[in-house]
Amino acid sequence: MEMINCKINGIAVSVPKGATILEAAREAGVDIPTLCYLKEINEIGACRICVVEATGARGLVTACVYPVTEGMEVKTNTPKVQNARKINLELILSTHEKKCLSCVRSQDCELQTLCRDYGVEDSGKYDGFKPQYELDLSAPHLVRDNNKCILCRRCVAACEKQYVHVIGANDRGIDTHIGTPFEKQLDDVPCVSCGQCTVVCPTGALREKDNTDEVWEAIADPSKHVVVQTAPSIRATLGECFGMPIGTNVEGKMVAALRRLGFDKVFDTDFGADLTIVEEATEFIDRVKNGGVLPMITSCSPGWVKFAEYYYPELLEHLSSCKSPQQMVGAVIKTYYAQKNNIDPNDIVVVSIMPCTAKKFEVGRDDQSAAGVPDVDIALTTRELGRMIMRAGIDFVNLPDEQFDNPLSDDTGAAVIFGSTGGVMEAALRTANDLLTGKDNKDVEYKEVRGTAGLKEAVYNIAGIEVKVAVASGIENANYIMSRIKDGTADWHFIEIMCCPGGCVNGGGQPLQPASVRNFVDLTSLRAKALYEQDKAMKIRKSHKSPAIKKVYEEFFEKYGSHKAHEILHTSYVGRKKYR
Amino acid sequence: MVRSHVLVCGGTGCTSSNSLKIIEALEKEINKQGLTDEVKVVQTGCFGLCALGPVMIVYPEGCFYSMVKVEDIPEIVSEHLLKGRIVTRLLYDETVGKDEIKSLNETDFYKKQVRVALRNCGVIDPESIEEYIAYDGYMALAKCLTEYTPEQVIKIVSDSGLRGRGGGGFPTGRKWALTAPNKAPQKYVVCNADEGDPGAFMDRSVLEGDPHAIIEAMAIAGYAIGATKGFVYVRAEYPIAVKRLQIAIDKAREYGLLGKNILGSGFDFDMEIRLGAGAFVCGEETALMTSIEGNRGEPRPRPPYPAVKGLFGMPTVENNVETLANIPQIILRGPEWFSSMGTEKSKGTKVFALGGKIKHTGLVEIPMGTTLREVVEEIGGGIPGGKKFKAAQTGGPSGGCIPAELFDTKIDYDNLTEIGCMMGSGGLIVMDEDTCMVDIAKFFLEFTVDESCGKCTPCRVGTKRLLEKLEKITSGNGTMQDIDELEELCNFIKENSLCGLGQTAPNPVLSTLRFFRDEYISHVKDKKCPAGVCKSLMSYVIIADKCKGCTACVRVCPVGAISGSVKQPHVIDDSKCIKCGACMEKCKFGAIVKQ
Repeated sequence: MEMINCKINGIAVSVPKGATILEAAREAGVDIPTLCYLKEINEIGACRICVVEATGARGLVTACVYPVTEGMEVKTNTPKVQNARKINLELILSTHEKKCLSCVRSQDCELQTLCRDYGVEDSGKYDGFKPQYELDLSAPHLVRDNNKCILCRRCVAACEKQYVHVIGANDRGIDTHIGTPFEKQLDDVPCVSCGQCTVVCPTGALREKDNTDEVWEAIADPSKHVVVQTAPSIRATLGECFGMPIGTNVEGKMVAALRRLGFDKVFDTDFGADLTIVEEATEFIDRVKNGGVLPMITSCSPGWVKFAEYYYPELLEHLSSCKSPQQMVGAVIKTYYAQKNNIDPNDIVVVSIMPCTAKKFEVGRDDQSAAGVPDVDIALTTRELGRMIMRAGIDFVNLPDEQFDNPLSDDTGAAVIFGSTGGVMEAALRTANDLLTGKDNKDVEYKEVRGTAGLKEAVYNIAGIEVKVAVASGIENANYIMSRIKDGTADWHFIEIMCCPGGCVNGGGQPLQPASVRNFVDLTSLRAKALYEQDKAMKIRKSHKSPAIKKVYEEFFEKYGSHKAHEILHTSYVGRKKYR
Repeated sequence: MVRSHVLVCGGTGCTSSNSLKIIEALEKEINKQGLTDEVKVVQTGCFGLCALGPVMIVYPEGCFYSMVKVEDIPEIVSEHLLKGRIVTRLLYDETVGKDEIKSLNETDFYKKQVRVALRNCGVIDPESIEEYIAYDGYMALAKCLTEYTPEQVIKIVSDSGLRGRGGGGFPTGRKWALTAPNKAPQKYVVCNADEGDPGAFMDRSVLEGDPHAIIEAMAIAGYAIGATKGFVYVRAEYPIAVKRLQIAIDKAREYGLLGKNILGSGFDFDMEIRLGAGAFVCGEETALMTSIEGNRGEPRPRPPYPAVKGLFGMPTVENNVETLANIPQIILRGPEWFSSMGTEKSKGTKVFALGGKIKHTGLVEIPMGTTLREVVEEIGGGIPGGKKFKAAQTGGPSGGCIPAELFDTKIDYDNLTEIGCMMGSGGLIVMDEDTCMVDIAKFFLEFTVDESCGKCTPCRVGTKRLLEKLEKITSGNGTMQDIDELEELCNFIKENSLCGLGQTAPNPVLSTLRFFRDEYISHVKDKKCPAGVCKSLMSYVIIADKCKGCTACVRVCPVGAISGSVKQPHVIDDSKCIKCGACMEKCKFGAIVKQ
């Protein structure tokens, strides 16, 4: 590889040809601030915060997109550079709604941090016309607040990367703002609710709809039995809210914290994942044996399901009829658990902690009320849980480890890996292999479907049957799969699709990491690693071997895919109009 | 046998003053008087003297009729075309000598012009490929394809010293040379016809008057850099240009001058038109390409430069209309001929759209190095009403002002840059003593604020803040600190904006601050607008001694701000007055003055 030698603030570095000043500076241990830049998806040089002085360049250049050249000398902190950044920040502030005290992003706002670092005071020097925008509260999963938007367009890039394209720049000049086509409300355009935009927003302009007040209220209400469930990936990410290293597994502390918050029961969505696997594997085997619609596609990810409903309504029969793990747990709590403990389902509040903003949409879907009331009442993101723990004054980092409550626990390795792309497929293959061969197969690792690649394919021989599988994450790849099915060129039998790139560990409800981290650290892999490590360490690694699963079938559902299981654990889909 | 040709301008200027009706009337009258076989009417592109439109020229005599009306047509036909008696009263006065009629080229307006880019405008019928060919059209392309290698073509263009006429002034030959070696499955030639400076219409006139020259030049560029596909990005607001260009493309294709295997050389080249929706920023090369790609017209960072990664990510040469219009002539007449015109680093000619306070509003093409004084006083005919020249603005909203003390500046790229101006695409607006320079800066800034695409912070927010500070100053609320902050912000925007639009947007402010700082100070310190333009800083006052109490002003005032009894001195209520000036115009006694 051709290398380029350059100097950053006098420090000599050698970087591959094509590297930007930002990358070279990183190599030299020099941080250059950025706002709009997101590696590979938003390299637009728009915010101009990363300007530096470089020899051979006219005036200031943007470090994020400007390639270094042989012998280039870069200065990142000269008075000229600092002054430019300062004026820039003051200009941004002059159009920014500065309600920083109570802003959800206070203290993890990238703009706030920069203003602090550069000593930018709200001097009023550039006060002037400031466009006013109404909040868009239409969607169940997020709030769009253009008054706090700095037009870095990271959200637009994330939405484009997701192939969803429902937001972009509208109008121009000082009136430029991020909006939907025809300025419709977000709920009236084909937004899949993935929340990837909220994850990349540097300020409080895009944020999940906060439902924590409802949870506090329920906990405080003595007439309510409030149970909480946590999705597989939360244990691998929640620690980040408290400054712990990315990829730390905090399952025990998380359970302890939830108890201290006052939940009556702390259950694991892993139980729902195991339940999903046995039901889904059964459905798949049934489709294969009885000539059902193939390929069959997983339906755990509500963002993905919503996308399919918008864009491929004619292919919805390919989706497994299984509810998602979140909904299965809710349904089981309000039926089996309620009956067993003699509690009126109306008095149960099921709260779920999810890596996902689309789960807020999912809880309100039709055909998700096994007991006549919604299976799940409130879906919170990892971030919201983090804020609740913070508000409650719980010293998370120093909590002891505690165990989930029975009976909905006894999770398996198969369920844990649900949080990563390929995890559902691997879990399903483990169970399908056993069910079809009638054996307890020792080889449980399906490495071909692991890893963060957006699209993975493999062929497995299971009990003499050749099974072609595909695993896709990110809507761009989901769309590819669907277009292949649509044009008749798909020869897969079973497909796993997750809405967010890399799966739930990179979900739209996960803890925020500033761009300075996102651009240089593979968050998805680090978080997924924690899950695969836990799986490896577990005694039970197959869903159908879970004692809790065995028990619930013995006591309640009778057998996999029974009529009762269908009534409670399965659902249906509807075609959706893209623009309303 | 045709013995007379009547060339009528069909450019946008004359069309808007009804030249199409004149053509219609001419044809009808010629037919009526039985001259159809003897007189041919040709609709041409722009002659340049738009202020005198509609214009026509009758050959072989070369009589130049100006400000012709439909009613004049029967007389022209029966007198001139039938009887051979020239209608002197309709002749452009400068062409009327004592005993003879002077050629148009001897008039002040044309005398110092050298028409290279505009050479066929006003001469040929732009809708006829045959006329273009008759004037050596497509000969340059043929010469390139049969006699020169692509490298030789690039060398000729480089040697000519031609620089981009769209504003930046980048050497055209070098641009081609940078693109040619880049290997790619597809390369493109893009013609930038998104002329957006207020008052500029050079490119429009070339497209309307000589569209084949652009097609020929693009094919030559394609041959030179190895591109087989071209796009012309033209404003949808130029319907005549679009129509004639489309006719020309269709004809060129029909004649085998576009398409596969042009002139049997094995070279393929074809092109199509893309319409712009009127965003000024799309004149910036990367924004233009983004727009062609079907996206919101916004610039992208450079590098990568279009030569490496341009349209659809492929190597692309983008040239402006006027730049391209020079190419066929350079090929045919050689680089030495071209570089013999102009100054050391600015070769050839430049087309300017003359506007503002000047007699001959219109289009002129002058050799580089002509002084501003020559352009304004000689070619432009000076300032009407005996007013004093104050400044000229070049480069539109990206440019700056040349003050009276620099009236003898030789116009070329480097001289203009040195004084904080820029060549720009060629708008040249003349201002007289009645112009407020702060107001002018504000006018241009209003334009850029409106046209900023909103992508980068300095331009999106910064230009708006600049404008607000200027508004503060012109409304009499400015402080000296505002002037300093204005300057600081200008320099910030210039150095930090993403594209040329933002980088040059502060120029009108910086340049007026440089040459007319005292006017800013008057606005701030004395709360006075020396030119009497800024409405908040002046008032209309009735001089009691002169007022006869005729009440004419009362009747004309649209807001009822004037009161007084008949035959008694009147008074203007300043709080009601909207400073429209109607009263002052109406007063026969000179009793109303601006203060």
